[in-house]
Amino acid sequence: MKFIQAFAVALVLAWLAGCSSTGDSKEGDVAVEDHSGAAADDAATTSGVGAYGDLSIESLNDPNSPLAQRVIYFEFDSSDVAEQDREIVAAHAAFLAANQEVKVNVEGHGDERGAREYNIGLGDQRAQSVRRMLEFQGVAPEQISTVSFGEEKPAVEGHDESAWSMNRRVELVYVGY
Amino acid sequence: MKILYRSLLILLLCLPGWLQAELTIEITQGMDGAVPIAVVPFGMAGTGSKPPEDIAAIIASDLARSGRFAPLEEQDLIARPVELGQVRYQDWRTLGSENLVIGKIETVGADQYKIQFRLLDVFRGGQITGHSLPATADQLRYVAHRISDIIYEKLTGQPGAFATRIAYVISETRNGKKAYMLQLADSDGYNPKTLLTSAQPLMSPSWSPDGRQLAYVSFEKRRAAVFVQDVFTGKREELAAFAGINGAPSWSPDGRSMAVTLSRDGNPEIYSMRLSDKKLKRLTFGAAIDTEPVWSPDGKSIVFTSDRGGSPQLYRMPVQGGRAQRLTFEGNYNASADISPDGKSLALVHGEGGRYQIAALDLENSLLRILSDGRLDESPSFAPNGSMIIYATETGHRGVLAAVSSDGRFRQRFSLRKGDVREPVWSPFTKRK
Repeated sequence: MKFIQAFAVALVLAWLAGCSSTGDSKEGDVAVEDHSGAAADDAATTSGVGAYGDLSIESLNDPNSPLAQRVIYFEFDSSDVAEQDREIVAAHAAFLAANQEVKVNVEGHGDERGAREYNIGLGDQRAQSVRRMLEFQGVAPEQISTVSFGEEKPAVEGHDESAWSMNRRVELVYVGY
Repeated sequence: MKILYRSLLILLLCLPGWLQAELTIEITQGMDGAVPIAVVPFGMAGTGSKPPEDIAAIIASDLARSGRFAPLEEQDLIARPVELGQVRYQDWRTLGSENLVIGKIETVGADQYKIQFRLLDVFRGGQITGHSLPATADQLRYVAHRISDIIYEKLTGQPGAFATRIAYVISETRNGKKAYMLQLADSDGYNPKTLLTSAQPLMSPSWSPDGRQLAYVSFEKRRAAVFVQDVFTGKREELAAFAGINGAPSWSPDGRSMAVTLSRDGNPEIYSMRLSDKKLKRLTFGAAIDTEPVWSPDGKSIVFTSDRGGSPQLYRMPVQGGRAQRLTFEGNYNASADISPDGKSLALVHGEGGRYQIAALDLENSLLRILSDGRLDESPSFAPNGSMIIYATETGHRGVLAAVSSDGRFRQRFSLRKGDVREPVWSPFTKRK
């Protein structure tokens, strides 16, 4: 199981590194490696970390860091993270894996349609989808807490699809940063 | 700390406004065949100041809100009898009023009244029933509702539900900040009382079967927790605060257990909690969302929402868990069930073609009937006599409450002066001090 997980992490990170090769990757950020996990993952971590450049705590407040994107949007009645948003989650996973003292709240939300408690369930499943992706990519379970607000805390007030699409979301909230 | 004090101050300054927030009721769809009835203003007997409430007006308004009666306008009353001997049945027959209510209020001491009323049969020419009820000034509205209950039961054969209450959630934006309140009011929207105010969402109020307690969900610590609060003393207890969801509380009819939704095992599942020792029993399993449990009146089964079939639908399972039977098949969205007091039908949220409306499902023949006409209707709750269903809807982009008779013929709307109001739950029958 451990092996499969390590292999999967390597695969995801390698893929992501490939995806962002046109971007602003800063190779060889040695400081980060010191924070990385098990020895078996070294090769994978090293090649992957480059994709996200600086993974220091300061990068959390850098508007140009991929970590600046903290909201993931969802389709109606769905808790699947869309293909194009997986990189956002992976960037946060790399950061959290490199900074194990940092904790994140994964907050799930839904749009206003339908039943309120069912929407709490939907928000929970959205948050759990993101949590599983984070854990799968090496974030310790203790670093993550999830909460579902359902339709109770809309990002945008409004009663049409333009508002609803902004409200079906997961927000990554860093505690104390 | 300073900020805390400041927000506390703001809270206190805003409080009087909140306390006055009253639900005003407007009948939006009348009913053919409402029975004419005359409620004559009650006379005063004995000395003392005039009582602060117009008993006859409260009774007339209750009867009108039931949709079953059409009280005569006060200016159409051709006489103002107070005593039985003053009644000339002939007068009322010509007005077509089948029944007549007369009464008097007697001052029997400082802040002590005696309310006497008679319900009369105009065509037969005699008394159907009559009672004398004591009250202090602040019990007068309640006593008027009790009288309405007696009249309603005598004339329809079904208990009245006027002397009951409604709990609901209000959200308001004040100075750019959200405030959430759990309130309860009399069934006619009067006497609103705030049980809890929070800067974080409150949701899912649920009455205990004795009407003394409310369970609800509060996010006051930025995570969900289920609380139980005594309506009279305000004392409360935290019942469930596990990781993830703590939601959808629903009391068993015997008051000994609470069904809740928890996601502490990684997925939204239904549990029942024994209230004596908070021992949990997990009732649902699987990767689907299972939530919104509601107990059947006989205490034997639980109806709930699940998307195990691909879309949210209603299911029924035994209270100890086990095989669930699907109840809804029409439409791609059926959720948020309430069970009628006789256990024979469900009120639910039915979504089809982008509209979410309140529908009733007959459990005997599986017939589904749409009852409401909104676009985003939710949270249906039966009156304890099963006659009406109260629910949340929106009008002019504001959340308001509405009620519909369980046959769909009669509708009314409860509006608040400002803010959004939602998640109404009708109390059980209760005896109040």
